[in-house]
Amino acid sequence: MTAPLHEPTAETAPSAAEEAAVIGAEAKAVQGRSLGRIAWERLKRDKLALAGGVVVLFLILVAVLAPVITKLYGQDPNAYHEDLIDPLFGTPTGSLGGMSGEHWLGVEPVNGRDIFARIVYGAQISLLVGFLSAVVAVVLGTVLGILAGFFGGWVDSVISRVMDGLLAFPQLLFTIALVSVMPNQMLGLTGTGVRVFVMILVIGFFGWPYIGRVVRGQTLSLREREYVEAARSLGAGRFYILFKELLPNLVAPVIVYTTMMIPTNILTEAALSFLGVGVKPPTASWGQMLSNAIDYYESDPMYMVVPGLAIFITVLAFNLFGDGVRDALDPKGSR
Amino acid sequence: MTTQRTSGRRKQALAAAAVVAALLTTAACGGGDGGGDEGSKNGAAGFDAANNKVAQASLAKKGGTLKFAGTQDADSWDTTRGYYGFMWNFSRYYSRQLVTNKTEPGKAGAEVTPDLATGLAKVSDDGKTYTYTLRDGITWEDGKPITSKDIKYGIERVWAQDVLSGGPVYLKDVLDPKGEYPGPYKDKSKDKLGLKAIETPDDKTIVFKLPKPNSDFESMLALTSASPVRQDKDTKAKYGLRPFSSGPYKFQSYEPGKSLTLVRNTEWKQSSDPVRKAYPDKITINFFSNANDLDARLIAGDYDLDINQTGMSPQGRATALKQHKDNLDNPVSGYIRYAVFPQSVKPFDNIHCRKAVIYGADHVSLQTARGGPIAGGDIGTNMLPPSVPGAEGQKYDPYELAGANKKGNVAKAKEELKACGQPNGFKTTIAVRNNKPAEVATAQSLQASLKKVGITAEIDQYDGSQSPGIIGSPSNVKKKGYGIIIMGWGPDFASVQGYGMPLWDSNYILESGNNNYALIKDKEIDGLFDEYVTTLDDSKKTEISKQINHKVMEGAYYLPFVFEKFVNWRSSRLANVYSTDAYNGTYDFVNLGLKSSK
Repeated sequence: MTAPLHEPTAETAPSAAEEAAVIGAEAKAVQGRSLGRIAWERLKRDKLALAGGVVVLFLILVAVLAPVITKLYGQDPNAYHEDLIDPLFGTPTGSLGGMSGEHWLGVEPVNGRDIFARIVYGAQISLLVGFLSAVVAVVLGTVLGILAGFFGGWVDSVISRVMDGLLAFPQLLFTIALVSVMPNQMLGLTGTGVRVFVMILVIGFFGWPYIGRVVRGQTLSLREREYVEAARSLGAGRFYILFKELLPNLVAPVIVYTTMMIPTNILTEAALSFLGVGVKPPTASWGQMLSNAIDYYESDPMYMVVPGLAIFITVLAFNLFGDGVRDALDPKGSR
Repeated sequence: MTTQRTSGRRKQALAAAAVVAALLTTAACGGGDGGGDEGSKNGAAGFDAANNKVAQASLAKKGGTLKFAGTQDADSWDTTRGYYGFMWNFSRYYSRQLVTNKTEPGKAGAEVTPDLATGLAKVSDDGKTYTYTLRDGITWEDGKPITSKDIKYGIERVWAQDVLSGGPVYLKDVLDPKGEYPGPYKDKSKDKLGLKAIETPDDKTIVFKLPKPNSDFESMLALTSASPVRQDKDTKAKYGLRPFSSGPYKFQSYEPGKSLTLVRNTEWKQSSDPVRKAYPDKITINFFSNANDLDARLIAGDYDLDINQTGMSPQGRATALKQHKDNLDNPVSGYIRYAVFPQSVKPFDNIHCRKAVIYGADHVSLQTARGGPIAGGDIGTNMLPPSVPGAEGQKYDPYELAGANKKGNVAKAKEELKACGQPNGFKTTIAVRNNKPAEVATAQSLQASLKKVGITAEIDQYDGSQSPGIIGSPSNVKKKGYGIIIMGWGPDFASVQGYGMPLWDSNYILESGNNNYALIKDKEIDGLFDEYVTTLDDSKKTEISKQINHKVMEGAYYLPFVFEKFVNWRSSRLANVYSTDAYNGTYDFVNLGLKSSK
């Protein structure tokens, strides 16, 4: 995918309506456009990214509305339907893993729980962990990265070494070990709550150095810019420079890294659940479904295909959207 | 099997998991026409043809290589240290005992028969003295005769638990209950034969003097841990790598976790051994890391049978049931799969809360989670496995688990909750091993059905290999609030002592490695065990076993899931195949033969 290199107006617009909108927008802001607006206009022309964005929005809606959806759909994610299981093989009766008008994506082997309802609820866990751990990583990474880059010296050394250390840390192994020694109850949470909390913290904690490094690098180059020098010579305080002069110019890379980080986090959550240290039963999770499906990949392949597709589509959508955002915000793209 | 120690044996027996029912109906035909020796097209004996009966005995030829495959190596091939059922079974190839299990199918297989000894024990002194005379012509693999002193030394090794841990310790408990003998490695006497309870007046005679009679003593002598070991060949902790053979085969090579090869012991004489037929020339085991891979190789005919004998995994089982039913048997394993309620965790100190769980559970759902009626077993209704004398099977069903309440009885469960003082239900935690998919499935089923009666259960999956320290520690169980523990158990030898004593006798409650998870402290049950141990009359022993089982069920300490069954593969090359209760319904290895000597 390539980013549009020319000014939007210079190109032949893909549609009249869009062109009109662009022209209209230009008409309103004759003097120049904000970075955000330029990016948005670029993003709008990137069909793949838009499609990704739509899927992402849809997934968020599904996750938020999971209880409503399953209610309308008429199946509880944790209800057993053993009458739909062939007792000889433990797999669903009927073709394609027991797909039917009642159970759109079939039922699970052995216990007959509805797969569609579980996929819908699984989206909750995936997105919750994906987003919140990204938030943790972004907050930590931006703050520490900007501090390292701006202050330099020993502050930079300490933070940079910590980042190096964390990047070299075996995150997955550490998480597995940590989850297994976690108490069942803490901070008013129990069971799955604890697990989700721990996953968010750990994934976020190990994710921040990626953002931290980028922010530090950007800050290093920005702090020598003329406008920062100017602010400094005018007597601006450190925190004014940090938050009013530097931070706004870091927004673009931070957004790009956030959108790229979410799908990675979703995959990490799936991997942890796959390994049995994710959410606890009966809470539905895509990774856990995949792991259960291993024993049935020949006799009931649909059970593996469905959660696999869910993860695939989600990660792909986030990646496409993230790519689009990066291209749209890419400083090298124009200016 | 497995007692005393929550050893890995149960672990993997548990793996004998899941599925299947329609087979029941087709079983009749499958078994019917496979009954004869001719078998099906490919030569397989037919479905269930070797289940409690001998299949194709007349087709066995001398010679050939018998090929085992497995996913799990033995805990140790040292006769003193092994505790896995398949290891006991396999060890008969290279070790002999005074008495051993009969090489007969089904129940008869669990009876004892003379091996190194000329006959069963001459019991005197009110059951406190057992005397055996040794056969002529019994030899070690270097041709030297096996003496009564070798047998005594082999048994003494059980005392050296600090060096040779892992095996069953029944003999030590019975012969030296106070633990006075320090074991052969710390023995001050010159010949290292200082154990007073065993006398060897000459090389052909051995006398056991029990401080207290024990009616199952001869069954304990039939365990692999009573095998002879020669002092000059005892490599202590390393003995398991290369045991010195007293049987028809000896070790040729062994790479732990990879492969094992036995070849004929040319010094062994058929005339000296009334038990072993020694058909194949060579016996090999190859270990795989993946159970699905193993099943595929069995089905392809690359190997003859699974050394672990835990049943096929769901994938291979489905294929085998569809395409190779004549190669399958569906025996009862002797294990009971169950949930147990530690009384130290509130509200399970109250019998009515325990009963609420028993009534609230959906027993058909639990059975399906275990694998259904074929691969899981019949719904369990009490706590005595079918292979143990005194067992009544589904006939004794005090809570109607296989009857009126088999789908769960919500009304009755709520009544019990009221009687317990928890009319709105309560919260608890189910502890389950994380490495046993079928156990996790039963925990989830229980969680789902208990929710309907208002009992909210959280599932805690712990590291299965750490069981002794996690659920085997009563203080940890209490701390973690494990109100329900999912487990399974099979007999070490077919008696209520070999099955239930560690589970139900208050004397067996331990700080660590405890198996009396319910913390049963019932004077009547303890008393019945004491009575059982000193009773020599078989019919009375059976009666006491029954009573113990009833007492345990009346106390509502356990929720049995299934009397376990499993689906077992035998290749079309095998002859003289039969399952035996001696090793929990698995094939008796020692007399397996091949149809061709290739």
